[in-house]
Amino acid sequence: MANDPLEAFVTTAIGVRDLKMHYGDFAAVDGIDLEVTTGEILAFLGSNGAGKTTTIEILEGFRKRTSGEVEVLGVDPERAPLSWREQIGIVLQESEPVPELTAGEAVRMQAAYYENPRNPEETLELVGLTSSADHRTRKLSGGQKRRLDLALALVGDPELVFLDEPTTGFDPTARRESWGMIEALRDIGKTVLLTTHYMDEAEHLSDRIVVIGAGKILARGTAEELADQVNAQTRISWKPDAADPRPPDRLGARVDSTTGQVQIDTKDSLVALHELTNWATEMGVSLPELNVARPTLEDVYLQLTEGHER
Amino acid sequence: MSAFRRVLHQLKFDLLIFRRNPAATFFTVILPLIFLVLFTSIFGNNTLDNGAKVATLYVPGILTLAIVSATTVNLAITMTTRRERGMLKRTRGTPIPPWVFILSQMLAGAVIAVAMTVIISVIGRVVYGVSLQFETLPSLAISLVIGAMSFAALGLAMTVIISSEDAAPAVTNAIMLPLYFISGVFLPSDQVPDWVARIGDLFPVSHLNMALQESYNPFADGAAWPWDHWLVVLGWGLFGAVVALKLFRWTPNR
Repeated sequence: MANDPLEAFVTTAIGVRDLKMHYGDFAAVDGIDLEVTTGEILAFLGSNGAGKTTTIEILEGFRKRTSGEVEVLGVDPERAPLSWREQIGIVLQESEPVPELTAGEAVRMQAAYYENPRNPEETLELVGLTSSADHRTRKLSGGQKRRLDLALALVGDPELVFLDEPTTGFDPTARRESWGMIEALRDIGKTVLLTTHYMDEAEHLSDRIVVIGAGKILARGTAEELADQVNAQTRISWKPDAADPRPPDRLGARVDSTTGQVQIDTKDSLVALHELTNWATEMGVSLPELNVARPTLEDVYLQLTEGHER
Repeated sequence: MSAFRRVLHQLKFDLLIFRRNPAATFFTVILPLIFLVLFTSIFGNNTLDNGAKVATLYVPGILTLAIVSATTVNLAITMTTRRERGMLKRTRGTPIPPWVFILSQMLAGAVIAVAMTVIISVIGRVVYGVSLQFETLPSLAISLVIGAMSFAALGLAMTVIISSEDAAPAVTNAIMLPLYFISGVFLPSDQVPDWVARIGDLFPVSHLNMALQESYNPFADGAAWPWDHWLVVLGWGLFGAVVALKLFRWTPNR
């Protein structure tokens, strides 16, 4: 495939149409469409059981689908020859390195599975494992093991990299580190399909986000586009003194009984703020702890997936 | 890279992995040597009528133990572990042909079996005066190749019935330990009741043992070709290969 002169013109790395995966009556994946463009990082966002791993395993060629069309690097994974795997790197959700080998040996062993591998030492350097190259893999920390996973996925110098929940179970430092490496993949021009159930991860790493819930695609776009799709509202809040008058009804303010805060949810925060501050100045109200919060991707996600849990 | 070089490359790593696995090396390398020492201390090492040492009679059983341990036991446990920890799935996600990977695992068992034959024969010769006959070497080589490959195939087949990493040593030993006892590995077959030995003869361990006995028979006159035993071992090996080909799984159960 590496010598295919048409390769440079292929711009769709992954194309999926009406993909379904049924287990008896249960539809793990219920008719999804997906397109990943060459060179982009796409995040597949959903809670546990949403159908992310099932979908990615179908794309990786580990699972046979019930129906639908799937093309990954121009080939149907179910009928793909072994040479197709030359162009694909996979970080599985759960896989351990061989404990008896050192990190360097594990990478060298896997490098020989490919026709044109990357240099194993350079690959270890890419993921920041050079200083642990001579350590047995069972002695590596959780974060280091994950980096080794990435090195093993990259040593074949693939076009396309699948990352199935690459940071699940990580502490914040290890997550940040992993993010840095995944961003490095973009710099070396890889196409990446990443699944995650962390909104911040999807927002931070990806060019585009596809939200999946109960086997269906609920929304797709950049983080901003998703926020627009759900009419996400900005929240203006403050903590009034007991003697303060109630704000006028047209502002739509309500009191949160647990925090005692007054909240205004609005799409047009500029106008609402203007009216609120005018009113406050007139009435001599000081609006203590005034806060204006833009919707987070988490709010957007929760709105999108509401009613799609299972 | 040619398929042959791929197999060699993988074999190099599989042997390294074996060497660094304490449980595997103990049961395959150390334990058979302990048995050689134990048997000669317990049962003595008298000199037979023709001048051969009794220790010669212990060697085939000990070799059987080493071969089965290097192949069936080792593969059943390590392949189940690698499957359940996602290592096999990772391998399956690369372009290495599955048969290259599997053949290398089987060959690693064969290499270890040959090495153990050399080690046990040499130590037996030097320390206990075990008789070795040059004429039976070809027959010994055939027994080793047939035995190692067949028992390796059976080890791969056993992973099919083992559901978890924790169960692997238990299931494997529950099957193999009784078989050793009724197959003349630990006790000479004439010291177990006839009906027990007959049950043992249904299984391949006993036949590998008997095939090896031909090569270490101090009374033998020239080479012996234990076709019947080879065929039984091969038949079981073929059965193991078919089961493994049909049902071997690369992905974890959970």
